[in-house]
Amino acid sequence: MKTENQRAWFFVLPVLLLVAFNALIPIMTVVNYSVQETFGNNVFFWQGLDWFEQILRSDRFHAALGRQFMFTGLILAIEIPLGIIVALSMPRKGFWVPVCLVTMALPMLIPWNVVGSMWNIFTLPKIGLLGYFMNDVLGVNYDMTQQPISAWVTIIIMDVWHWTSLVVLLSYAGLVSIPDAYYQAAKIDGASPWKVFRYIQLPKMKTVLTIAVLLRFMDSFNIYTEPFVLTGGGPGNSTTLLSIDLVKIALGQFDLGPAAAMSLIYFAITLLVSWLFYTLMTKDDAQ
Amino acid sequence: MRKRSLIPILYILFLMLPIYWLVAMSFKTTQEILGGFSLFPQTFTLENYRVIFTDPSWYWGYINSIIYVSLNTVISVCVALPAAYAFSRYRFLGDKQLFFWLLTNRMAPAAVFALPFFQLYSSVGLFDTHLAVALAHCLFNIPLAVWILEGFMGGVPKELDETAYVDGYSFPRFFVTIFLPTIKAGVGVAAFFCFMFSWVELLLAKTLTAVEAKPIAATMTKTASSAGYELGLLAAAGTLTIIPGAIVIYFVRNYIAKGFALGRV
Repeated sequence: MKTENQRAWFFVLPVLLLVAFNALIPIMTVVNYSVQETFGNNVFFWQGLDWFEQILRSDRFHAALGRQFMFTGLILAIEIPLGIIVALSMPRKGFWVPVCLVTMALPMLIPWNVVGSMWNIFTLPKIGLLGYFMNDVLGVNYDMTQQPISAWVTIIIMDVWHWTSLVVLLSYAGLVSIPDAYYQAAKIDGASPWKVFRYIQLPKMKTVLTIAVLLRFMDSFNIYTEPFVLTGGGPGNSTTLLSIDLVKIALGQFDLGPAAAMSLIYFAITLLVSWLFYTLMTKDDAQ
Repeated sequence: MRKRSLIPILYILFLMLPIYWLVAMSFKTTQEILGGFSLFPQTFTLENYRVIFTDPSWYWGYINSIIYVSLNTVISVCVALPAAYAFSRYRFLGDKQLFFWLLTNRMAPAAVFALPFFQLYSSVGLFDTHLAVALAHCLFNIPLAVWILEGFMGGVPKELDETAYVDGYSFPRFFVTIFLPTIKAGVGVAAFFCFMFSWVELLLAKTLTAVEAKPIAATMTKTASSAGYELGLLAAAGTLTIIPGAIVIYFVRNYIAKGFALGRV
């Protein structure tokens, strides 16, 4: 059991100071902007909660939020089952294990803007491998800069390419922790592969899958660089996710008030889910 | 058995295709790229790489990135070590709340912080320095390092500490000579993840730098827009950013999953 010791605070102090410097001051700046209006020259007027009301009622915000949830929902629906399937069929020991682990983890170590550029080059019509294959071999009309549907398919495939390995690695770590005796017992009982999965493998993967789902939820909810480099939010506004819209308002139009209010609403949604994440995880720890 | 191994093979093939395309592009001339489709480079050229290694505005991008990433890794792991020890060994006022608060910062969208960060670091005179980016990346890397290290430390029995104290070790001596070697895998994994997330992040790094500390990622986006269609050059620069990750990942291959699970597998 852990012992009670208030002096442990001294150990935590450096972390606290550094993170507070990075988190509290900027968030206070944002709060400050969110309740004021400015016309430049550092002159500010008190605005109250008008910006929040305006953002919460604006169609633009609703549309961006809708697109965000659609994106996150789609990638979760693809990445989680795909990740589990790949993890289940991976070899458990031998030469190929490290090879699989390293090659699968590779996409996650590529800078996010390079991921965007890479997929841009990959999907260019006429020039890119995928673009050429779709247009000239399959005869499908595929052009990310013209059709929203192509742009959507591309950002979804890109994210699946980029992050499914996270689910694979976590599920795999859960799977290898299952003792052989469990499988032998299942074999003696004559359990079908589905029953083995449902009653032995899935329960063992529960903790890691919770982590995987929630990490993927958070990261895809905050995604900015990859779709921005790939589509720039276009064509039109069709792939303008929350972060992209936020940066457009804050740095493109320099509407600091609405952008700040939107940041806080955005952050509140993120916090809510973080809390869910934390309670689920610590509940498992306690058992 | 053979049917089963088909799935990982297909999956890895899918992962490798875009990477192959990037690498293949980097060995092509601009003419060939724009001229039409070719699966393999027809006129194999190293010209794109020569440009990057001889032009300071290109190769300094890599040096800048490596400087702030290393700086961030060192800072994050050093401050996270005592904190993780405190969380794994002691109960203290507000420990659970503090732990959760750290996590929320890991989850904060970088886009929310971009503008305030710019103002904060400009006002303290750190704008366009490597230290600014290294400190800014602490926002999400310190919580991550604390979580991973806490996970690894939780696996070390408390009896180790108690025996050492009975044997007359002082805390600093125990921590450095006994405890650190015991959790060295954890330290390695934490360092790897700090390296990784600092290396792949672009939004904050780009916001906080202009000339002196400009990361390679920012050099790439600027070149992409100013030089028009230098796709070969862009591909070569992209290929070079994959290499550091590919090297470090080899050393932590058996612990990657544990790191992603925040030390909780």
